[in-house]
Amino acid sequence: MNLASQVFYLGRRSVIRILRQPANWVFPLIFPLALMAVNTGGLHAATNLPGFPSDSFLAFFLAFPFIQGALFATVNAGVDLARDIQTGFLNRLALTPMRSGALLAGHLAGVIAVGAVQALWYLTVGIVVGVRFESGALGAFVIFVLAVLIVFAFGSFGALAALRTGSTEAVHSLFPLFFVFLFISSMNLPRNLIETDWFRIAASLNPVSYLIEAIRSLVIEGWNAEALALGFGIAITLSIVGLTLSSLALRGRMSRT
Amino acid sequence: MRQLVSVTNAVAWRMLHNNFTTPSLLIPGLVFPLFFFTAFAGGLSRVNDVPGFRFPVGYTAFQFVFVLLQSAAFAGVFTGFGIVRDFESGFIRRLMLAAPDRRGILLGYTLGALGRWLVTATVLTTVAVVVGMQVGGNGVDLFALYALAVLVNFCGLLWSAGVAMRLRSLQAGPVMQLPVFLCLFFAPVFVPVSLLAGWLQVIAHLNPVTLLLESGRSMIAGDPTHVAAAFAAALALVAAFSVWAVRGLRKAEAAGG
Amino acid sequence: MERAIEVRGLVREFKGGIKAVAGIDLDVEPGEIYGFLGPNGAGKSTTVHMLTTLLPPTAGSARVGGFDIVKQGPEVRRTIGAALQEAALDPLLTGREHLKLQLALHGIPRHERLARADELLERVGLRLAADRKIGGYSGGMKRRLDLALALAHHPRILFLDEPTTGLDIQSRTALWDEVVRLKRDDGVTVFLTTQYLEEADVLADRVGIIDHGRIVAEGTPAVLKAEIGRPTIEALPGDGTDSEMLERILCRFGALQPSTAGVAVRLDGQGDLADIVRALDAAEVRVADLHLHAPTLDDVFLAKTGRSLEGSGEEEPEPE
Repeated sequence: MNLASQVFYLGRRSVIRILRQPANWVFPLIFPLALMAVNTGGLHAATNLPGFPSDSFLAFFLAFPFIQGALFATVNAGVDLARDIQTGFLNRLALTPMRSGALLAGHLAGVIAVGAVQALWYLTVGIVVGVRFESGALGAFVIFVLAVLIVFAFGSFGALAALRTGSTEAVHSLFPLFFVFLFISSMNLPRNLIETDWFRIAASLNPVSYLIEAIRSLVIEGWNAEALALGFGIAITLSIVGLTLSSLALRGRMSRT
Repeated sequence: MRQLVSVTNAVAWRMLHNNFTTPSLLIPGLVFPLFFFTAFAGGLSRVNDVPGFRFPVGYTAFQFVFVLLQSAAFAGVFTGFGIVRDFESGFIRRLMLAAPDRRGILLGYTLGALGRWLVTATVLTTVAVVVGMQVGGNGVDLFALYALAVLVNFCGLLWSAGVAMRLRSLQAGPVMQLPVFLCLFFAPVFVPVSLLAGWLQVIAHLNPVTLLLESGRSMIAGDPTHVAAAFAAALALVAAFSVWAVRGLRKAEAAGG
Repeated sequence: MERAIEVRGLVREFKGGIKAVAGIDLDVEPGEIYGFLGPNGAGKSTTVHMLTTLLPPTAGSARVGGFDIVKQGPEVRRTIGAALQEAALDPLLTGREHLKLQLALHGIPRHERLARADELLERVGLRLAADRKIGGYSGGMKRRLDLALALAHHPRILFLDEPTTGLDIQSRTALWDEVVRLKRDDGVTVFLTTQYLEEADVLADRVGIIDHGRIVAEGTPAVLKAEIGRPTIEALPGDGTDSEMLERILCRFGALQPSTAGVAVRLDGQGDLADIVRALDAAEVRVADLHLHAPTLDDVFLAKTGRSLEGSGEEEPEPE
């Protein structure tokens, strides 16, 4: 069986498992939007701050669910992979002609599939509640592509955690760490409006800020080449780093001859 | 009475011992409130400049009250997770068999949640003072603020205990957490209620947490308002959730633990 | 004829210098059921992990199905099936989905997969439960599915790592029957690890006993038992039995053995059970009970290691 077929079957299994755990896909579809609704309602007044880049906090904040949804997809899929290691299912797969790369690719294929559905959902909800995309339909498509790339990047780190630790608890415990990256960012305010120096600096060093800003620019600005270059560049870099490290971790985990 | 006290103390001691000797239980409970305090007070301090925002002792104190109450509520919820673990492991059956007065089990959990939160509150307060939070209230005002937080802690625990004793499995987790989260966040978290967006303002007015939050903030500002109403609401919630929890205990007994 | 499994000086050392397998040699003929018996922590699972290519050896060599386990890993895996110590199933998939995935990964063409899955499910008695998720299976059902998965691609050699641990008697017997059938009808070579004496005794053509990473005895169960000697007679005294007289009489027939319940001697050929009964009768020595113990594999283990097999285990180090 060729690599593509193996990736297909393992990816299909990954998707089936996610679908059979409703909490793993219902919650990521609803919770980020609920949080968005709360933050939008709570910080609507921030649009009155001089220099705030939009008169709609909803449009400003729409980037958030894409990032948080990607985090959920990552942690959930990472936990599934860790469970495979804990139960010995990985050994079962290792005893087949499956190529190691197919395991990782199949796992990430599942994460991407979920991420794609999530991205479409968030875009749809955004359009339905009246968010205007300054970059038009093409911009919405680019948001979709970037969102899927972000899911892939985060997913590779989730796989890394699963392969390095082989423990579902350890992967779960990543979630607070990802949360920190999400909150200490330009999620709630543009970086130039963050008053607290250390927070602004931390947000400027945080790659997640640029991912958020890339998506946000397509919603509230139009075509901002710098923001897009930074967003895509960081997503691609994270993907390469995550994939490399998780491939190495897989080699160590599957020490078959 | 003596039996009730001895069971209460035994259960409380166990919860506190497990919490303070298990890093994976202790650290999130301490770190998350600090993290939220940092993210909200640090990242959103510019909200102080929003037209119409008037809080005499500054945004740090404004957010401190929210994080204090949030940490109190979630200390109760996290203790609820511990109750679920006891059901999953079967330990609750051991408690029910041994305890001459089973109400002591519930009281013990309540005391355990309080003990857990008191440590968090101490750390949080220390950090707030160190970063220079301004305090307008006097000793009585501050005592009232922390007393209100204690009642919120009881509410969090009693709600979670009732859920845990009814569901008796990991499924209880989201059911415990989500309503508490929504109650806390459908409130004036970032700005006073007068500055919330229309729909959220309506919900916030109906949400009892708003009363607790605004009263708490008035205490720290040194101009206490609606104190009696806030305590009445909190005590009413404690009473209601107590009934909920005790009935849950009876259901758990009937199911054999 | 080439051996099914050939092992020479196989060693596996873990971090901290722990030698889980300290140099073993063994051969398994094609179509044989080889029982690998030892307490917990003896090195059984580590040996199986090496022979199934999941763990590289630290030293030594082995050939499985004619292929080198280090240099020809993929070829080995094509030849073998394995049901390891953990059932290793996905609780979210059904039995049929497990089989279809396994068959797909082994490159079985799509048009054959359904039929093969049905055949295997029928064989292990899971046809009716095939479309239920594994989370709802009993321990016995999981083990049967595990076996079906191991057989999916018609392996010539089957590794079973403690396959009946935790199963009830009915499930255990059913699994034994299937193992015997595999050997008899399909000519499959079976390498079976177990800590149950009875299982090795009943199933295995030959037994290798491992302790602390080394093979301490090897041979057919009958030969191993005969090697360590003759049967033991144990007499349990009743009320009023003259214990000294009992001991004197029994010692005429063999050497005294440790016994917690009464008096035991290992027969030395000077008489048999009937002779002992006659001697006791003649001396008017009454006993509550008289037992004849044929040597067991535990006696073999005891003779070779000075310890009883049951209750002598330690944790085997986990492969990293």
